Amino acid sequence: MDKKFKIVVLAKQVPDTRNVGKDAMTPEGTVNRAALPAIFNPEDMNALEQALRIKDKFPGSEIFILTMGPFRAAEIIREGLFRGTDGGILLTDRRFAGADTLATSYAISQAVKKMNPDIILAGRQAIDGDTAQVGPQVAEKLNIPQITYAEEITELTESKITILRRLERGIEVVTSILPCLITVHATAAQCRPRNAKNLLKYKYARTPNEEKDPANQGKYLISTDEKPFLKIQEWTVDDVGGDENSYGFAGSPTKVKKVESIVFKAKESKVLSDSEADIDSLIAELMANHEIG
Amino acid sequence: MNNIIVFAETESGKICDVSLELLTKARQLAATLKVDVEALLIGSNVKHLANELFSYGAKVVHLADEPRLLHYRTLPYTAITLRVFNNEQPQIALFGATTVGRDLAPRVSSALKSGLTADCTSLEIGDHQDPKSGKEYKELLYQIRPAFGGNIIATIVNPEHRPQMATVREGVMKKEPLAKAVDGKINILDTSKILVDSDFAVEIIKREIEERKIDIKSAQILVDGGYGVGSKENFSLVFELAKTLGAEVGASRAAVDAGFVENARQIGQTGVTVRPKLIICVGVSGAIQHTAGMDQSKIIIAINNDPEAPIHKIADYSIIGDLNDVVPKMIAAYKKHSK
Repeated sequence: MDKKFKIVVLAKQVPDTRNVGKDAMTPEGTVNRAALPAIFNPEDMNALEQALRIKDKFPGSEIFILTMGPFRAAEIIREGLFRGTDGGILLTDRRFAGADTLATSYAISQAVKKMNPDIILAGRQAIDGDTAQVGPQVAEKLNIPQITYAEEITELTESKITILRRLERGIEVVTSILPCLITVHATAAQCRPRNAKNLLKYKYARTPNEEKDPANQGKYLISTDEKPFLKIQEWTVDDVGGDENSYGFAGSPTKVKKVESIVFKAKESKVLSDSEADIDSLIAELMANHEIG
Repeated sequence: MNNIIVFAETESGKICDVSLELLTKARQLAATLKVDVEALLIGSNVKHLANELFSYGAKVVHLADEPRLLHYRTLPYTAITLRVFNNEQPQIALFGATTVGRDLAPRVSSALKSGLTADCTSLEIGDHQDPKSGKEYKELLYQIRPAFGGNIIATIVNPEHRPQMATVREGVMKKEPLAKAVDGKINILDTSKILVDSDFAVEIIKREIEERKIDIKSAQILVDGGYGVGSKENFSLVFELAKTLGAEVGASRAAVDAGFVENARQIGQTGVTVRPKLIICVGVSGAIQHTAGMDQSKIIIAINNDPEAPIHKIADYSIIGDLNDVVPKMIAAYKKHSK
């Protein structure tokens, strides 16, 4: 079968919240973003691998990363190119700012409509919000089926996809029509490493805003007119159209009322040493109080 | 009108605990708002489960019962939920943050253009003033959740859109039946008028659900291992302590992500919330996303060689020391005293 699929992978650049050190919070109690490196959201990486496997099986299939964020989120698209994607779109516009999951999924769905893929893959959730909402909301806005918690695409034909889902206490195998949106779970296969050839080829791939950035002056020697594959597209609200009031803060039904940094409730805490005597008396006390025994 | 609706999730012919926990919470919220609690029950041969929902305070059970609804599927369940919400106009809708709830609730909220807050750890009723317009809102649902990897606690409100929707993990809210069930009624939905063929575009061809084997939620004593345990091999020390004390083993997200133990053991905001009578935290630093899931434990013992580790701040007993040294001493002490 010489079917070629067009695949869009939804990916997000996130602060690495998993290994938060003591300097992650400022003394004023706000998040110190500078102390957290920006990474490719881990489960989006699992989704990318599923897309690459489809391309392995169906040569000529094309994969595009779609991401929304500030200018520097273009790093996500380059990371994809290094691993075997064919291009990407960065949705970037101040009018997208302040979006909750609903307004985010509206923006993404507008862009996906324009790209018209057969399959949309995304990570189950992003580690900065852990909501797992954007995938299903995008699917609803596109009026297509969603398959969440996917671990593996086990079969794919021109019109049907078979997916193994990882549930809380077991598995489910489902089939769906195409197009559909699939969110991929962390238990899915890890993404393959960067390809050395692609790394050389796409090292200087850039967005128009990166090209303009004075910090990058002298960095780009070959023009994107000469090598169009080095051009990463940026889309704004004007490019994706739709209802302007559905974007960003205005399009977000949920509002953050209050944010508190974490203050532990001080408890009367007994501090013990690691001596045998201290531990012995603790265990004896717990047993006497029937806490253990 | 404008009541609270709880999605009553079922698995293997039973109502899930999380749904009963949500009904318990919903009763409290409904009392403040002076409204009623209702439940939405979808499945095949599930009508008899309505009695259990009555005993948790649901005044009305909206029931969609037919063979095609035996197992959860996104599209038909969404269509039914949307029909009920459009008819009943609830002001609040609550879902368990399960694989089902986290699939269904966002789909529904997107269709209604309503807001949704995932994995709330607390729900309260309170007033709100919009900081820009100055507009006052009475009796909104405060949807409270850790965010940003658990480094902050955010209170989210949904001033203009209804229903106010939230998901909550299992074990976060307490489950308490009423002393006497309410005299509720069942509202049978005619699914033939709601569902269309395209709602069945996804087919389930295989399903294997295991009985829950690891049950950290109902354990009375837990030994809670963190990333500081260091390796999968070294977790055997944690298991040994648990076995000695008749405890179950829990773990932090970092320990699970590192592959030290299986997912089902994860305690915290994105895992299970536990309230054992004793929890011994071994090599746990005490990130809020973790402590949010265990700080209601009756007695907390922390073993960590870093005296500055935040876990010590919530501990009743802090042992500053190397876990490889302290844990064997605990095992020895227990064996000595239990003779």
